[in-house]
Amino acid sequence: MENVSQIRGSIVAIPVNDIDTDQIIPARFLKVTDKEGLGKAAFCDWRYLEDGDTPNPEFVLNRPEYSSASGLIAGNNFGCGSSREHAPWALLGAGFKAVISTDFADIFRNNSLKNGLLPIIVDEETQQQLFSLAEEDPSTSVSVDVEAQTLTLPDGRAVSFPLDGFAKYCLLNGVDQLGYLLALDDDVRAYESANPQRVVTSA
Amino acid sequence: MKQNGKGRTLFEKVWNAHIVREQSDDAPAVLYIDLHLVHEVTSPQAFSMIRERGLKVRRPDQTIGTMDHSTPTTPRNELGIIPVADAMAAKQLDAFSKNCDDFGIPMYALGDEHQGIVHVIGPEKGLTQPGMTIVCGDSHTSTHGAFGALAFGIGTSEVGHVLATQTLLQNRPHTMAVNVEGRLGDGVTAKDIILAVIARIGIGGGTGHVFEYRGEAIRSLSMEGRMTVCNMSIEGGARAGMVAPDDTTFEYIQGRQHAPQGAEWDAAVARWRELPTDDGAAFDQEITLRADELIPMITYGTNPGMGMPIDAAVPAPEDERDINKKIALEKALTYMDLAPGQQLLGKAIDVVFIGSCTNSRISDLRQAAQFMQGRKVADSVRMMVVPGSQQVKKQAESEGLHEIFRAAGAEWREAGCSMCIAMNGDQLEPGQYAVSTSNRNFEGRQGKGGRTFLASPLTAAASAVAGSVTDPRSLLTGLN
Repeated sequence: MENVSQIRGSIVAIPVNDIDTDQIIPARFLKVTDKEGLGKAAFCDWRYLEDGDTPNPEFVLNRPEYSSASGLIAGNNFGCGSSREHAPWALLGAGFKAVISTDFADIFRNNSLKNGLLPIIVDEETQQQLFSLAEEDPSTSVSVDVEAQTLTLPDGRAVSFPLDGFAKYCLLNGVDQLGYLLALDDDVRAYESANPQRVVTSA
Repeated sequence: MKQNGKGRTLFEKVWNAHIVREQSDDAPAVLYIDLHLVHEVTSPQAFSMIRERGLKVRRPDQTIGTMDHSTPTTPRNELGIIPVADAMAAKQLDAFSKNCDDFGIPMYALGDEHQGIVHVIGPEKGLTQPGMTIVCGDSHTSTHGAFGALAFGIGTSEVGHVLATQTLLQNRPHTMAVNVEGRLGDGVTAKDIILAVIARIGIGGGTGHVFEYRGEAIRSLSMEGRMTVCNMSIEGGARAGMVAPDDTTFEYIQGRQHAPQGAEWDAAVARWRELPTDDGAAFDQEITLRADELIPMITYGTNPGMGMPIDAAVPAPEDERDINKKIALEKALTYMDLAPGQQLLGKAIDVVFIGSCTNSRISDLRQAAQFMQGRKVADSVRMMVVPGSQQVKKQAESEGLHEIFRAAGAEWREAGCSMCIAMNGDQLEPGQYAVSTSNRNFEGRQGKGGRTFLASPLTAAASAVAGSVTDPRSLLTGLN
């Protein structure tokens, strides 16, 4: 994972509540064995017309003025539904570096942080302000400081967002969690010795 | 319930017993995982990561694989093989076989007599036991909580973590007691309980929480009913849902392939009896429903929280005060092509799907078959019955259930996730309406443009016969 410390870019709004992972990437795109090329499947059923190929001109992500957006501002409870990590892979593939909402489903938030896609939780007032800003002026730019845990709006207002310390450390240093877990091998062995009763699948 | 903070909840007991390293200001807790279930769709990139780093699977003997999501459920050919027509699915299944083979993970391949939906085979084989931590790259892993296990879905990176270390970094969730008091009426089932819970708290109401389902109605459910309830915890936002183990649990497990035996069985049951929440233990939140006030439930919208009693009218966006909810409801009704105030009873449907990790177990099929006996699927309806595992299929066939379904005009298929996820050839056509026993009614979930009404197997069977959304209680005469 590449380190993420500062993000600056324009934003695009999908002001819809409860955007589930089946909308972020429909299940028919999960028959892959790698993470490549999933960006074109992001929001596929909203983004393309019935033929699955012709861009739907009504959908905001197809409007040229939003084509360079790296921040997605969405309705409440973003990323609910399935555990598919293909959802953050698809959003990253589509050029997003951060998603802003009032709250995120647990598994989606975990998956995003492990891939350097920043889930930013803001209050409803900020969310509504960002919806308006993005719709009124597609060039509206915001900046994110991971160390300070702030999202700075065009008017200079800095909004704090929560981020657990360990996830922050991983983002800032571009490291993943596996190294940390592998280093605990002695503790795991000790746990296994102390708790020997386990189901054996190979029996 | 007294909540003086003394004593521990079921969740706390299981959580505490699996801590390898305590949560601190610097890092989440490190949790030991007893059982890791893997399937073909969310594992390939995790295996690649293990390979790239030159790692092994730490505990292949605590890992089990099955093929379920991208597998076809079409009948076997003359050689007894289930053909995979989709080249991408075939490649993914081959990769899964190779991964399990290379890393020594026991795996049930497509068509194997033990193959099936991951959340059906775990309990069926006695692998799912009280007090365990169980994970899988699938959000419906919450199913296994029915046994008093802490079971939750994880992403593919975490699948890699568990493969390599048998541990996970987890922040401790909050707890919510979901009390379901009283007794269910005739024709009302476990599925109706969970649809009512989700309608009450909303699709994000349980985010950050683990549910514990409690109360007389939960205690009265069979293990399969409890699995149905726990399965859909994630549709209320909770990664896990649990039920305290009791004699119903122990009777279900005893004698299964991986269940403890002899003296070990007695010792295990003694340990399991210590797991239920202590009197006076505190939950962070609590809600209560009355089972005797429930009637069959159905969803009308595009998430599982948009559910209502089957005889109710579709809500009107103008009655919704919250602007975001109003917009969401308008969008949902447009997609579903339903009008505010419309009754769903009598609404013509095209497809009935009985299956999925929510409702594909033998008791679900028995219930539906008992209803279908001597009845016919309406001419305008395609009815698919998809057993959750090859073992469920075998059991159902030994009881003649498949003959009842076939005689009624329904399709009897091979085991798998099927039309719940529409990535295996089983799917709705654009615009079609389905009454489905699965767990998600998201836009396109059962096929692009398809429209889903989630309901119980009884409601699904009644609707198949009538050709329209039907309250099963209206046709219950003659049922035991």
